[in-house]
Amino acid sequence: MPRPRGARTQVIGAAIAAVGLLAAAACGQVEDGGQGGGSGGAETRTLTVFAAASLTESFTTLKKRFETDNPGVTVEFNFGGSSELAQQINEGAPADVFASANPANMDLVADEGDAEGEPTVFAQNTLEIAVPPDNPADIQELDDLAAENTKVALCAAEVPCGSAAEKVMAETGVEITPVTEEEDVKAAMTKVELGEVDAALVYKTDVIAAGDKVKGIAFPESEHAVNDYPIAPLKDAPEADLAAEWIALTTSDTGTKVLTDAGFRAP
Amino acid sequence: MTPVPSRQGAARERAPRVGAGRFPWLLVVPAVVGIAFLVLPFAGLLIRAPWSTLGTRLLMPEIRGALLLSLGTATLATAIALVLGVPLAWLLARAAFPGRRVVRALVTVPMVIPPVVGGVALLLALGRRGVVGQYLDAWFGYTMPFTPAAVVAAQVFVAMPFLVISVEGALRGADRRYEEAAATLGATRVTVFRRITLPMVLPGVAAGAVLCWARALGEFGATITFAGNFPGRTQTMPIAVYLAMQTDPESAIVLSLVLLLVSLLILVSLRERWVGAL
Repeated sequence: MPRPRGARTQVIGAAIAAVGLLAAAACGQVEDGGQGGGSGGAETRTLTVFAAASLTESFTTLKKRFETDNPGVTVEFNFGGSSELAQQINEGAPADVFASANPANMDLVADEGDAEGEPTVFAQNTLEIAVPPDNPADIQELDDLAAENTKVALCAAEVPCGSAAEKVMAETGVEITPVTEEEDVKAAMTKVELGEVDAALVYKTDVIAAGDKVKGIAFPESEHAVNDYPIAPLKDAPEADLAAEWIALTTSDTGTKVLTDAGFRAP
Repeated sequence: MTPVPSRQGAARERAPRVGAGRFPWLLVVPAVVGIAFLVLPFAGLLIRAPWSTLGTRLLMPEIRGALLLSLGTATLATAIALVLGVPLAWLLARAAFPGRRVVRALVTVPMVIPPVVGGVALLLALGRRGVVGQYLDAWFGYTMPFTPAAVVAAQVFVAMPFLVISVEGALRGADRRYEEAAATLGATRVTVFRRITLPMVLPGVAAGAVLCWARALGEFGATITFAGNFPGRTQTMPIAVYLAMQTDPESAIVLSLVLLLVSLLILVSLRERWVGAL
């Protein structure tokens, strides 16, 4: 009996050692990736930007500009839902800049003390009605979405486009009963593109990004829910000076031009 | 049901001999690392759970609705998968027909494609403008997306392959001599299947059904794409967890714990009753 028991202790010891090794290896890699050349000065530096998924096109355009202006610098993106990004940052993900699709998720980061200084609003997004190109339900204005038998996709109230839609409905008294509350704006767009719904309330930027796969209908009531996009450098940014330069670029004339081309409004 | 000698039985008799030889380091060390890797994330959930407000959060009516919908649809999806999947597995294991390899590969496709893509594929097939769906709409005025039926369809699509693969494996492992003996004694093919084949592979069917049910219960991507999200109608637990994550991570943890606990309870009790009878 003593022999197996001793063996068992050794097994557990070995397992702990193995897990420890794995963890150490993983940490080592993250540090290499995040700070590669950070101390090396001019040679190769990497700016890591966490940005809302709706910024994918415009930020990718700005990246080319930034890398041309700053030789030896590579911009790396992590595009995703703002709330996931906020969580990743609060859990210690190595990032230099956070660009959020709404102030609430920026606040999540700021409240944890992970943002450096006051966030800057660099763009605004407004809602539009997206309909399939042939507009089967003949939608003309916001009121048409409240009609019976009209299938409408809204975003869930938990995500920014959904809370914007709720705000519009509350301010105007137009009551839309959706067939589905989508988990994000892209999913709502898919339903329109496939003709599964007659209309969806989405952002103007998404309508522009979808090209001729959907038709966008602007409506004046969208003024009730203009969505601010804040950007901020992060507290433990490995590349603080590059982060400041990136933020300067997004708020410059060049940045504003790229963003408005994508459907954003200048603040 | 008469007991049928199986390979599993033989393996069990051999099992105690493991302790007789040298300690099997090569197996135990990776096994322990494997357990740690699988269990640690759940430990994380438990540690971060907001225990003080757990009770009030659990009483939210949305949670009950989502949980009941999840349990109901996953069970229905498993029933449908059994009705369709067991004959399909038999076909793949026992019937020789041209293109069988291609069919088998096609059956496993839902296991490897991202579920969201599966959901889009379902929309393209059964949606309002889909290949089949447009006729359902034109002839019967029926559109499946955004209904509980769509939730079940998405779950069957994603989960049935797990059942088919598991039953097919059991069929291949079963001793065919019993079936042949029954056939020589004059039993029809249906009788052989019902009285000999099915009882022999029943543990495989049960394991496959449990796997299928678990996969259906956790289904997220295809469901939210094909059935959308509407509280009380198509909002299943995984979708509720995802949405809660957007604004209130603590609620998401509570919801995950509920899903985890319910599925563990059901899986453990089923295992004792069915699979444990091996």
